[in-house]
Amino acid sequence: MNNSFLKIDNLSKNYGETPALSDISLSLHTEELLVILGPTGAGKTTLLRIIAGLEAADTGRITIDGTDITHQLPAERDIALVFQNFSLYPNKTVRQNLAFPLQAPGRNLSKTEIANRISHTADLLRITPLLDRPATHLSGGEMQRVAIGRAIVRQPQLFLLDEPLTNLDAKLREVLRVELIRLQRDLRTPMIYVTHDRVEALSMGDRIAVLSEGKILQIGTPEEIYQQPNSPIVARQLGYPPINTIDVHKQQNQWFTASNQAIMTADRNAPSNATLGIRAEDISPQGGEIPAIIEVIEDLGASTILLANWAGQSIQISISGEQQWHVGDEIYPSIDLDRVLVWEKKQPQMNTDEHR
Amino acid sequence: MKYLRWLVIIPYFCLATLPLCWLFLTSLKTQEAAISPTASLIPSTAENTAPGSLSFSATLDAYRKLATPHTGKAHAFFHYLFNSVIIGLLSTLTSVVLGTGCAYGFSRFRIAGARDWLFFILSTRFLPPLAVVVPVLMMYRVFNLPNTHLGLILLYTAFNLSLAVWLMKGFIDEIPRAYEEAALVDGYSPLQAFYKIILPHSATGMAVTAVFCLISAWNEYGFALALNNAEAVTVPVYFAGLQGNIQGIPWPKIAAGVLIFVVPIAIFTVLVRNHLLRGVTFGTIKQ
Repeated sequence: MNNSFLKIDNLSKNYGETPALSDISLSLHTEELLVILGPTGAGKTTLLRIIAGLEAADTGRITIDGTDITHQLPAERDIALVFQNFSLYPNKTVRQNLAFPLQAPGRNLSKTEIANRISHTADLLRITPLLDRPATHLSGGEMQRVAIGRAIVRQPQLFLLDEPLTNLDAKLREVLRVELIRLQRDLRTPMIYVTHDRVEALSMGDRIAVLSEGKILQIGTPEEIYQQPNSPIVARQLGYPPINTIDVHKQQNQWFTASNQAIMTADRNAPSNATLGIRAEDISPQGGEIPAIIEVIEDLGASTILLANWAGQSIQISISGEQQWHVGDEIYPSIDLDRVLVWEKKQPQMNTDEHR
Repeated sequence: MKYLRWLVIIPYFCLATLPLCWLFLTSLKTQEAAISPTASLIPSTAENTAPGSLSFSATLDAYRKLATPHTGKAHAFFHYLFNSVIIGLLSTLTSVVLGTGCAYGFSRFRIAGARDWLFFILSTRFLPPLAVVVPVLMMYRVFNLPNTHLGLILLYTAFNLSLAVWLMKGFIDEIPRAYEEAALVDGYSPLQAFYKIILPHSATGMAVTAVFCLISAWNEYGFALALNNAEAVTVPVYFAGLQGNIQGIPWPKIAAGVLIFVVPIAIFTVLVRNHLLRGVTFGTIKQ
């Protein structure tokens, strides 16, 4: 990890009494695309704004290539930020929007250089026909392309993207997602991509940092995060349908649910109290011993999700689309025991819940 | 619905323009025709018209006379018009510039006690302005400000500033911060972002504020009268001073002058009327 480009050390930020970010440390390698994944309100945008310099951290340090930028003005950092709501300058044309960052007093670019960069960027994003349109006369997808163009045209040393695809419709999101991946590979500029969308996170990130309530819970490659999530919260962030979690305790090498029903064998070394994580695709509807009743069927085409009541727990089972089941059917779910995730549950946690 | 609309608009239009029409007719009359007990309404080119008829012989004499000083006055009408223009424009300019800067500060920065400051600024308008005419006059004497253009410019700026700050704050609050932030990230300093982003976007608000400030400075009478008897007399004070003249009240001349006095402000308002309309509905449109 010697080639780390951006380094954030022990960054914290409070809004009044409420902590927005606590003790964030992460590093970004050269040419890397790091996805920050987290639910709304996790502090993702705040983190990006602090890196961009739009907000100041209470404590902590940010360095780029060894240079401390913690107290630099946004203009001095050479970082481009793409906003969730596009934020194009509404009284300018597309061309003027792209030119605006290049005309900044510190850049000293010649007119021909500016024109060249604009036409090159427009080609790259296929927005050349839009160049002379007012920024307000664009569709959502076009606006976001221009917003990305405004970031690219500067050739910054770091890209920050704040949920850039959230405000677009599903189809456009997929097209732009693929384009963004391609773009990042071509430009080889490091990028931090903030999203709450698990598909974007899994498909785009070289690494994913899972952020929740202002803390980084886990950083790793998409495979690591998906296969070895270190907590139920991380596991719930990825995959659809969300992972089934069941609180259990161990008795005589069996896992018992809160209602004292034995559901499966426990590993000898397993902790006495745990949360089990079972992904919907690791359960098949037949072959088990404990019966379950299907309550809801969600047909997704290629796959079908069954919501069933099993051992007093509501669980989701993902099966291929061809299988035919009906609401009310009795099934016997069997679980792929090798793929069950076990997280130790610390006893005092229950008490803290009571205190709240 | 369509007819109902006209049913309201037409009477209102007549009511609003009637005084202006009357002014226009009077400005074309001779002194005798103006004070004649029968109202004549139709201007005619004939030298003499029958007494009691509806038409009168039109003349531009009143306008010509405006160029020469009235008996007992040091200057002709245009001198006072010039005073009004200088004082109106400069006080408007100062109010809008200071108001915009101040509003930007209140809108974008955390200021200790901002709400109290804003209330204090607004509270300067609670008082009827004329209530403070005596203290103002006494203060002005100390600084030799009576009878100067600067005195009235300062005073009108002081009175209009609270309006300007509040109006402009409303407009600047409506400009999404994201635009400025985009500019900051794009490589501009906060001050440059203010010039490049805030100013162009608040042009509408500045136009609205300017209209209000100009109208109030242009028409102000009480202070202009109390603080002046010579150099910086404005048009409203000048006309009021003509009334007690030995030749009787020169109505055609007053009418001509008032028309000329009204025209600039009307033109100004028409020029910014699109901004005014947008300004009034501003904020009701979600961007």
